[in-house]
Amino acid sequence: MASQMISAIGVVVAGVFACALYYWLSDKLLQVIFPVSDSNIQVASRNLNRRSLVRPWLFLGPALMLLGVYLIYPVIATFILSFYDRSGANFVGLANYRWAFYDAGFRQSIFNNLLWLAVVPAVCTFFGLVIAVLTDRIWWGNIAKSLIFMPMAISFVGASVIWKFIYEYRGGNETQIGLLNAIVQFFGGDPQVWIALPFWNNFFLMVILIWIQTGFAMVILSAALRGIPEETIEAAVIDGANGWQIFWKIMVPQIWGTIAVVWTTITILVLKVFDIVLTMTNGQWDTMVLANLMFDWMFRGGGDSGRSAVIALVLMAAVTPIMIWNIRQANRETEGH
Amino acid sequence: MASMAMGIRRVGLPRLLLHLSVLLIVILWLVPTAGILITSIRDRDQITTSGWWTAFSSSTQTQAARLGAPSAAQQQGSNYVISGNVFEDGVEGKVREFGIRIADPREFEAGETADLGEGETLVINEDGTYIHSKTGPFDGERGRRVYLAVATPPVFTTENYESVLTSQGIGQAFVNSLTVAVPSTIIPILISAFAAYALSWMEFPGRALLIALVVGLIVVPLQMSLIPLLRLYNEVGSLLGVPSRSFVGIWLAHAAFGMPLAIYLLRNYIAGLPKEIIESARVDGASDFEIFMKIVLPLSFPALASFAIFQFLWTWNDLLVAMVFLGTSRDQVVLTGALNALLGSMGGNWEILAASAFITIIVPVLVFFALQRYLVRGLLAGSVKGG
Amino acid sequence: MTGVVLKDIRKAYGQIKVIHGIDLEIQQGEFVVFVGPSGCGKSTLLRMIAGLETITGGELFIDNQLVNEVPPSKRGIAMVFQSYALYPHMTVYDNMAFGMRIARESKTEIDRRVRAAADILQLAPYLDRLPKALSGGQRQRVAIGRAICRDPKVFLFDEPLSNLDAALRVATRIEIAKLKESMPDTTMIYVTHDQVEAMTLADRIVVLSAGRIEQVGPPLALYERPQNLFVARFIGSPAMNIIPSRITQTGDTTTVTLPDGKAVKLPVATHAPEMGKAASFGVRPEDLSVVEGDDFLFEGKVAIVEALGEVTLLYLEPIGDHEPIIAKMPGIFAARKGDTIRLDAAQDKLHLFDADGRTYRT
Repeated sequence: MASQMISAIGVVVAGVFACALYYWLSDKLLQVIFPVSDSNIQVASRNLNRRSLVRPWLFLGPALMLLGVYLIYPVIATFILSFYDRSGANFVGLANYRWAFYDAGFRQSIFNNLLWLAVVPAVCTFFGLVIAVLTDRIWWGNIAKSLIFMPMAISFVGASVIWKFIYEYRGGNETQIGLLNAIVQFFGGDPQVWIALPFWNNFFLMVILIWIQTGFAMVILSAALRGIPEETIEAAVIDGANGWQIFWKIMVPQIWGTIAVVWTTITILVLKVFDIVLTMTNGQWDTMVLANLMFDWMFRGGGDSGRSAVIALVLMAAVTPIMIWNIRQANRETEGH
Repeated sequence: MASMAMGIRRVGLPRLLLHLSVLLIVILWLVPTAGILITSIRDRDQITTSGWWTAFSSSTQTQAARLGAPSAAQQQGSNYVISGNVFEDGVEGKVREFGIRIADPREFEAGETADLGEGETLVINEDGTYIHSKTGPFDGERGRRVYLAVATPPVFTTENYESVLTSQGIGQAFVNSLTVAVPSTIIPILISAFAAYALSWMEFPGRALLIALVVGLIVVPLQMSLIPLLRLYNEVGSLLGVPSRSFVGIWLAHAAFGMPLAIYLLRNYIAGLPKEIIESARVDGASDFEIFMKIVLPLSFPALASFAIFQFLWTWNDLLVAMVFLGTSRDQVVLTGALNALLGSMGGNWEILAASAFITIIVPVLVFFALQRYLVRGLLAGSVKGG
Repeated sequence: MTGVVLKDIRKAYGQIKVIHGIDLEIQQGEFVVFVGPSGCGKSTLLRMIAGLETITGGELFIDNQLVNEVPPSKRGIAMVFQSYALYPHMTVYDNMAFGMRIARESKTEIDRRVRAAADILQLAPYLDRLPKALSGGQRQRVAIGRAICRDPKVFLFDEPLSNLDAALRVATRIEIAKLKESMPDTTMIYVTHDQVEAMTLADRIVVLSAGRIEQVGPPLALYERPQNLFVARFIGSPAMNIIPSRITQTGDTTTVTLPDGKAVKLPVATHAPEMGKAASFGVRPEDLSVVEGDDFLFEGKVAIVEALGEVTLLYLEPIGDHEPIIAKMPGIFAARKGDTIRLDAAQDKLHLFDADGRTYRT
């Protein structure tokens, strides 16, 4: 263990050093290839200008290489693989797509994903907004926010263990050590195996993500609420609006943009939800979602790259509108510069 | 009562409700984590017999014990007396009630003198000491059997942690997680900072296109990359004769997957630095390399810190990438993977799961509380600006 | 010897042309001010001289060298920015030394020059401070000191005073004037939208509008003999009164008829073809005085009185639909709203512009 620590530290240092060395050396090399002396200002200028032509690509090189190998090439390759069979060797046309269309498991996953998409972003945004408004008005609001925000730092796996313990079920006459069943029992109900209740168990899994993500929504929305000019609220007070009207008619319309961003950010996250389902149910009891189905097909029986590629492409298609919207937004911003 | 009513009136009922509702929400949000934390330090037997919310109160259990044998009786006056303690050495507990029939173990209160008939009496005190006396000699060979309602005090232990850290391999997984997360955080910072500078302050053809590309790649699902990369890794591995699943492989993967957001966040920040400062450095004769190293990098510390926290949390907490690019052997499995495996193999052993889960979440939670300021700033830069 | 020469300099961003061909010669040691309304291209022109903007067309010479393609650091220039542009993470000393360190000057030389500049600008006590611990005026002095350290042939100022409050602006303006005196061989080019800065600092003023030079000349020449309507209105405050009129007599002197029918004779030569053409008649508010007799230019009711103490501004009720005539009286002038007054000006203070805005010359 100690030796692994030492070698890990060594590799970290070496890796970072190599990285820095690349930038430093490439710049030195540039200076050697295009030398600048004070004797002839025109030659010096020409070489300086040539350096500035090359330099952006030296700066961008490693980043572009990583993006190319790990993101751009795979997107293209996945697209191509979706037309090939399980081994990726034989072209099968649209067979994988046809499979997906008729497969019950696939349809179940789509249905569950849609369920998640309908519930989680809405609940997170709503809770986040409510909590942001409440905590902004009390002196210990920042402490409260910090504690509600904290699950954000917890891994999905960790969160799943935490919540699995809440949902824990003990059979027979044993004492219920899961909080939920204990409460149900206290009020006279019958303990349940919550995560094995088809359909409803989806919601018990969603609670975990809501628990994690509400803090995120709250932090962003709280900042947006504080960015609302005080004068607009004061003007509304003078105009005789009550607290409820001020909130819905003055404050919320001014932060629509931020609400949309929070909503889409959580939507993207929800689309890719994987860890929670894997650790809680592994897709059993009708809780399968696309990311888990894809992972299943990647390794099931030696793996079927064609079918899992199709599932990945469905996820890709789902985020594409958001992607286009983001790019447009970014373009508008860069043009504004 | 009156003063409390006055207090409520002064604070105002709506304000009180506000405080109470926030308090309720905070408690609701903390309870799940608290459950795991408390469970992780409880005795394993207590975990299964009582809910963690009762951890700080004693639990009452029925036990059987045997009093001293008649041969140990001493004659005191006309009475024969057997005395002693119902608890064995080293066992702690409090006797609440006792009885002599299994059907009714709570017949007598502790400290009460029980009349057993035929001149036989028994007193069992809370601390377990008893006096068993009879007006005549005791019969039989063996001591009398008694039944006790014993309140065991809460037992807290670090045993669970000792156990998971060594025998369950969580300690090794912790080191593996560090080995994955630290380089995966540092490597992309430098690379993306250089790229972000180029995309902010250097003129070259295709710049707008590259920015659009980076923004587009932010939302590309990881799932799109997994199959081709898995194949690529296997090919490279067999080509070079190295294992396809290695730490270097996952560092590069994490670095690349974090790169679009890193470039986007850092570019937003670096492009927002005052233009005149960059130009002034240019007039002063600094090359882009020097401007980056001497001006931009020092001024971008807050943005670099924000991204570093993001990336660290993401790589530490990741399960999917680790499952695909790292093996499941003990020297490669990370905390999330180990925890997931334990969930499968140790389903009901909550002392193991709770302690492991807590070890898994403690580092990111500490990072979170220590550097929350930067995290929030990064989140805002990434989200609000995009809107 | 020439300092900076611009030959048909042009600038376009894609299809949008912002500088339409500027020809200008600046002598070594001259203090030239570019002035004009915002968006006229004065800052762009300065940034092209600095090398911070590429030159789309034409040739730029600094110290007889063609520098179109020369990067900023090799042009022998130094620049003072509007926002000071100090490096926030470096001390005052490091800010001033930065350029020399990049150029790999020796430590002793750096120290000598930084201390010399600090002495000139009274910055010696602040050398170890970070910019955030300085006042606005001190920051601007550091920016100037940083420029001095570069020992430039050409000193460029981009609106250096506009971030300062009024009092500091005057003090720093005087300091820049002193600085110029102490560096007689250094060419200085200064961009501002403030005509007071332009008038007080410049050897020559270049008035720019919409990417073109309107007039180049010493400050008082611009004031007294504006070449066109634009310059006439731009220099002077309040702006020159301009009244549309018609030429009714040509020759060595010219008579124009104002909208209210009044004929005014000017010592300006016009030719017969101009008879009957529209022209703009101009007179500065400060050249008008109140008269009692029948010999007057304008008569009207006072609409607004602005008493500023040192001067009093009178706004006459407008005749027809053109702007009200403004008269600037020295000191406190007793007039009330509704009073009818008569205004007159000396003949040599009258200006006449043709329909295209060009000045008719005497």
